[in-house]
Amino acid sequence: MDFELHVWRQKSPKEKGRMEVYPAKGIHADMSFLEMLDVVNEGLASQGVEPIAFDHDCREGICGMCSLVINGIPHGPERATTTCELYMRHFKDGQKIFIEPWRARAFPVLKDLIVDRSAFDRVIQAGGYVSVNTGSAPEANTLPVPKDCAELSMDAAACIGCGACVAACKNASAMLFVAAKVSHLGLLPQGRVEARDRVQSMVKAMDQEGFGNCTNQYECEAVCPKAISVSFISLMNREYLKSSFQPPAV
Amino acid sequence: MELNPKIPDGPIEEKWDRHRFRLKLVNPANKRKYRIIVVGTGLAGASAAASLAELGYQVRSFCYQDSPRRAHSIAAQGGINAAKNYQNDGDSVRRLFYDTVKGGDFRSREANVYRLAQVSGNIIDQCVAQGVPFAREYSGYLANRSFGGAQVSRTFYARGQTGQQLLLGAYQALARQIGLGKVQMHPRTEMLDLVLVDGHAKGIVTRDLVTGEIQSQAADAVVLATGGYANVFYLSTNAKGCNATAIFRAYKKGALFANPCYTQIHPTCIPASGDYQSKLTLMSESLRNDGRIWVPKKKGDRRPPAQIPEEERDYYLERKYPSYGNLAPRDISSRSAKEVCDAGLGVGENGNGVYLDFRDAIRGLGKKVIRERYGNLFDMYEKITHENPYEVPMRIYPAPHYTMGGLWVDYNLMSNVPGLYVLGEANFSDHGANRLGASALMQGLADGYFILPYTIGDYLVSAGAQKFAADRPEFRQALDDVRGRTSRLLSIRGRRTVDSFHRELGSIAWNHCGMARTEAGLQKALSSIAALKSEFWKDVNVPGEGEELNQSLERAGRVADFFDFAELMCADALHRRESCGGHFREEFQTAEGEARRDDRNFCYVGAWEFAGEGKPPRLHKEPLTFENIQLAERSYK
Repeated sequence: MDFELHVWRQKSPKEKGRMEVYPAKGIHADMSFLEMLDVVNEGLASQGVEPIAFDHDCREGICGMCSLVINGIPHGPERATTTCELYMRHFKDGQKIFIEPWRARAFPVLKDLIVDRSAFDRVIQAGGYVSVNTGSAPEANTLPVPKDCAELSMDAAACIGCGACVAACKNASAMLFVAAKVSHLGLLPQGRVEARDRVQSMVKAMDQEGFGNCTNQYECEAVCPKAISVSFISLMNREYLKSSFQPPAV
Repeated sequence: MELNPKIPDGPIEEKWDRHRFRLKLVNPANKRKYRIIVVGTGLAGASAAASLAELGYQVRSFCYQDSPRRAHSIAAQGGINAAKNYQNDGDSVRRLFYDTVKGGDFRSREANVYRLAQVSGNIIDQCVAQGVPFAREYSGYLANRSFGGAQVSRTFYARGQTGQQLLLGAYQALARQIGLGKVQMHPRTEMLDLVLVDGHAKGIVTRDLVTGEIQSQAADAVVLATGGYANVFYLSTNAKGCNATAIFRAYKKGALFANPCYTQIHPTCIPASGDYQSKLTLMSESLRNDGRIWVPKKKGDRRPPAQIPEEERDYYLERKYPSYGNLAPRDISSRSAKEVCDAGLGVGENGNGVYLDFRDAIRGLGKKVIRERYGNLFDMYEKITHENPYEVPMRIYPAPHYTMGGLWVDYNLMSNVPGLYVLGEANFSDHGANRLGASALMQGLADGYFILPYTIGDYLVSAGAQKFAADRPEFRQALDDVRGRTSRLLSIRGRRTVDSFHRELGSIAWNHCGMARTEAGLQKALSSIAALKSEFWKDVNVPGEGEELNQSLERAGRVADFFDFAELMCADALHRRESCGGHFREEFQTAEGEARRDDRNFCYVGAWEFAGEGKPPRLHKEPLTFENIQLAERSYK
């Protein structure tokens, strides 16, 4: 298969970027999207052109490092799929493919297709945890957790922190990411103790990082590689509202 | 050099307790005066950094990924073992200890493994308290499953994403300490050298992967939790960025490298589909609970699997190991798959696979049950191969997955270099020559949460561990060395890409130092690696500059170290004239083709000392003594 790639190239955070066109020739349908880029990069390097920089690591859909907007869709056309698990058989021979980085004020471009997602880490640092020191935990079966709570919590905990939800949102909102963490911990008895403060500080950190608001378009759920449901956003909104009226824990 | 493992005296059940009492403590008010560097943020690194910061130490944490949450522990699927005996099925600390020592083919250190089994329960307690959403029964209590050939159900799991959930627990604990200002986090930063002052580990040299800036970092102790070296094979189940540079640089500074030839080849991975393949994907071992493994009996049988009648199929694991069958341990299953493929019986376009067939399980249990058990894995398989495993048997083949070898450490997890600690997959101590399923997560977290926080204080207050001096000339020297190496790589401007060298190196290592090794093959590998290495330093093309984000340069440095490491791995495999666990020397096998250990001559840890560029490394031996478990031939027949 042959493709015409239109790729965002940007030397550094300060310089202006532009789209460049590169041919991708002799691509096998069983190659992953990133393997196709590897082939293109090997070709560029041997012509003395600097290869296209892109983030990737595990290449099995779990680390959350890969991050490409492909033909306008974060992680490309397949549902519930990361870029690294997208295969070229899903494209048509001869197709034009546009490849861009995540676009959001809170995710500045570092180079080519690589963006800085440290804003997500700072949101977690603001409260996305249970404050338990090593050694202070009680015996694991002390507190039973209803199976459906554990399952629902796991649905939210499956978030890989890739940022596709932000990239897909016209407001660059991080509500799905933050809601997933607030719900993962808030649905478990171990996380309830700090639920009130957690939602307040995480939402505050989210706003400070420059993420926008949610206007219920559900683009985030549509591109989420782990198919995390927007219903967690409602759960977080409820938690937030409740926490605003709740007196501090005594 | 004398290798002192510092194993405490007394009965094995009391060693850790006695030792903890004897370890010197650091006064709580003094802890904040000590700075500790932790490299790597996987299960071992993140849990160590968080726990040390909670104790009050100043911690500096480093990872090459854009966030500490992405370390490759995240990809572990199956579960984590703990001797809780929740299922009342006869499990105990001693049984977990026994299974791990036997599974490791009697090449691990008894005292370390016993301690690992002892703290396994605390890990589950800690993770539950952090909000890890483990699988539960309807009663609300924790669920378990049996895993990787164990005869008890001691594996805790969170769907097929146990590694992810445990890592997020550790990452969140770390994030809390970063938020509190107790840990200074350096993501997208790679360690390129270790700095020794008066023989003690007192710092590292790093490169900022965004700006390219090379800096030195000083501390009172250095902790390496940088994972394994399976990417020496190029194709492995590791993440693309996983590398051996940190531990290999430490080796070059005097830390001993133990048992580099012990590598684990996982039996159930999706076979490579072409020469463009960039990594291999693991399919959870749990599939072997219901799938049956077979190949056609006739060579070159190209019929679709459904048309091959029962009597023309060879269910070779069931035939060879009637009592364990398809659940035989990883090393044995992998080797058997290689044997049948080498004999020309392999299936798929490239003949590099064996069938893992669910036909009988679907007939017996129904499609619905199979979908409930393995639905996500079947979907993943279909996503990658475009074949429906409910209709057509899966094709699988072994792939490099985990490395048991690593830097030598004593009972305190300190290497022979004072002040240098090594945790998790990066050290060598607990898995011997073969690791059992669901034990890697256990070891990473045991080291970081429950062992290092006790043992590191003993070093910090000991004589000789003086305060660091960042202005010492050793720091400048290490910086100059790293800058020199970086500019050398950039100045070659040859014709071949870094990846083309890495692929070629990987195929040499895989063909001669993979699932089966021979003296002639290893010697051939050593000469091929040397030739390729010299070509690399003459003809590699690293585009771009050093003072910018440059992924080719990052890879070039890692591959350069893999060349030297591959030579060490092959030398170790050559010297170990026996077969044990993942190390199978064709010359040393029983009449039935099983691994033949030589306990008289090789019951030791082989720890290698760097002797200078171009010189053969020096071997040191730590004898292994088994006082609690009798040395026996491992049999799964």
